[in-house]
Amino acid sequence: MTTIGRTQSPAPVAQGPSRLARGIRRVALHASVIGLMVFWLIPTIGLLVNSFRSADAVSSSGWWNGLLPPTALSLDNYASVIGQSGIVDAFVNSLFITIPATVIPIMVAAFAAYAFSWMNFPGRNILFVAFVGLLVVPLQTTLIPILRLFATLGINGQFLAVWLAHTGYGLPFAVYLLRNFMGSLPREVFESAAIDGASPVVSFIRLALPMSIPAIAALAIFQFLFVWNDLLVALTYIGAANSENLPLTVAVSNLVSSLGDGWQLLGAAAFLSMALPLAVFFALQRYFVRGITGGAVKG
Amino acid sequence: MDPRLGTALIVVFGVPAVLIGYIYTTEIVLRLAPEGRAGRIRPWLWLLPALLFVGVFLIYPTIGTIIRSVQDKAGATFVGLTNYAWFFGNPEALVSLRNNVLWVLLLTGLTVGLGLLIALLVDRVRYESAAKSVIFVPLAISMVAAGVIWKFMYAYKAPGLPQVATVNGVLQALGLDSVPWITVDAAAINTIALIVVMTWMWTGFAMVILSAALKGISPELLEAARVDGATELQVFKGIVFPLLLPTIAVVSTTIIITALKAFDIVYVMTGGQYDTNVIAHLMYQEMFSFGDFGRASALAVILLIAIVPIMFFNISRFRAQEAIR
Repeated sequence: MTTIGRTQSPAPVAQGPSRLARGIRRVALHASVIGLMVFWLIPTIGLLVNSFRSADAVSSSGWWNGLLPPTALSLDNYASVIGQSGIVDAFVNSLFITIPATVIPIMVAAFAAYAFSWMNFPGRNILFVAFVGLLVVPLQTTLIPILRLFATLGINGQFLAVWLAHTGYGLPFAVYLLRNFMGSLPREVFESAAIDGASPVVSFIRLALPMSIPAIAALAIFQFLFVWNDLLVALTYIGAANSENLPLTVAVSNLVSSLGDGWQLLGAAAFLSMALPLAVFFALQRYFVRGITGGAVKG
Repeated sequence: MDPRLGTALIVVFGVPAVLIGYIYTTEIVLRLAPEGRAGRIRPWLWLLPALLFVGVFLIYPTIGTIIRSVQDKAGATFVGLTNYAWFFGNPEALVSLRNNVLWVLLLTGLTVGLGLLIALLVDRVRYESAAKSVIFVPLAISMVAAGVIWKFMYAYKAPGLPQVATVNGVLQALGLDSVPWITVDAAAINTIALIVVMTWMWTGFAMVILSAALKGISPELLEAARVDGATELQVFKGIVFPLLLPTIAVVSTTIIITALKAFDIVYVMTGGQYDTNVIAHLMYQEMFSFGDFGRASALAVILLIAIVPIMFFNISRFRAQEAIR
């Protein structure tokens, strides 16, 4: 992405600040930006370094010593976390939970967004405003009745329960984002398709969906990260009812209480849980940022 | 092979197939109907799956929770506002209210303030996108992972012992005594320490949106002011800041909601001990530790009430946007 560079240098006005003052200002600017970057990175680096150190080293000296020679870094902590703490099962569970919980709401939302964008019906605006209102409903207000509903259906503790719940929770935002995008596609495209005799189904599958790929990509990343990183929904609907189905977030938070000060192992577990979201983030950062800025500041 | 893999694959490919099949079927049925009526019915058939999900998973349970909040622990009898009276009359519960107020004020102020500052600074350097990525990346990880990272940042050893973690290590290097950051409840220091973790995560969110808005300001406008002799500070106060205000309002609403719903960080880092509890975590405890669904429902309704003004703000902003669309 090439950001259109705005002319950064101060305009060459005759009585500008002296060269020295400008030099000092540049140094201060770079020092503060780099300082902030270092400040933001240090928490992660500290735990990352410790995840490669031995238990003795971690409990007796600061993590920064791990960077000084003689370095004794190893992957032992990762091997031991993968070997015994059920982290691998939890990783697989997180995948099983996250992928369907990302696909279902996007599909359901796409149909609704198309109807909101390109079909006329009485009450359309009011109904969409209701979706805008639902965007901010805290999921806490839904937990208890849904827990009871799932108990009645006998699906507490199962993946199905979290898939359904995440679909419901993710829908308002998905409909909102997709409708804003689909609604801004050129009207002529849909009108000429209709004149050529294309049914709404054909317009939707052949035109609206392919043209909305950027918005769908942004939405998929959001929903993926939201579900992968979720703790509360998994705790509530899977919780203790079925510990075999618990995702990574719950597994790591259980380790926090069982391992206490075992930072080398906790660090390894935390970084294993972060690997996939970080990979998704770095690979698709552009869509992610576009989704955030497009969702919040329109036009 | 894991048998659940089969189920997951069926869901991933089956659900879209079923939905498309559903739409095709409705289209075939609609062809039998007269044209005018088909056009009137079709939108509702397309909306039906979304309306069902939203109805079952958002609207019905919200009403259910409101009703449940005026019932007792077992849900058998109507108890009026007893559960709310418990909340506002119980010192321990009120601590969580105080903490949520701190969360809202500090998290919003810190993320928006820092986000704006960073957006302004990185706008002037060539490595802007690298700097932004560094600030932004914590938003991609879970609050559980962030909680682990920062629990280690704050890790404590008694003064005199070699400190192993960053914050107390710095204090030791400066010759100061170490502090058990997340267990000190004096002056809400530990709650502030938890808010710092969320600030670390969410500043990037504010920065990205404010930076986009900043780049939307016409460079000619700023240049004209500078040519007329305005200082950078005057340009910021007179032009940049007023133009960013609507964006700042939008960012703030999202962060206020995040602060009100704070749960994970508290769950992972302190479990609500040492006076760090917040409403959402207290609700979780009432549900699963004490089994009091009446009180838990009242707590959820309190969160909902706090969020309702933001709901109306968003709706009116949306309406204004649509008007100029």
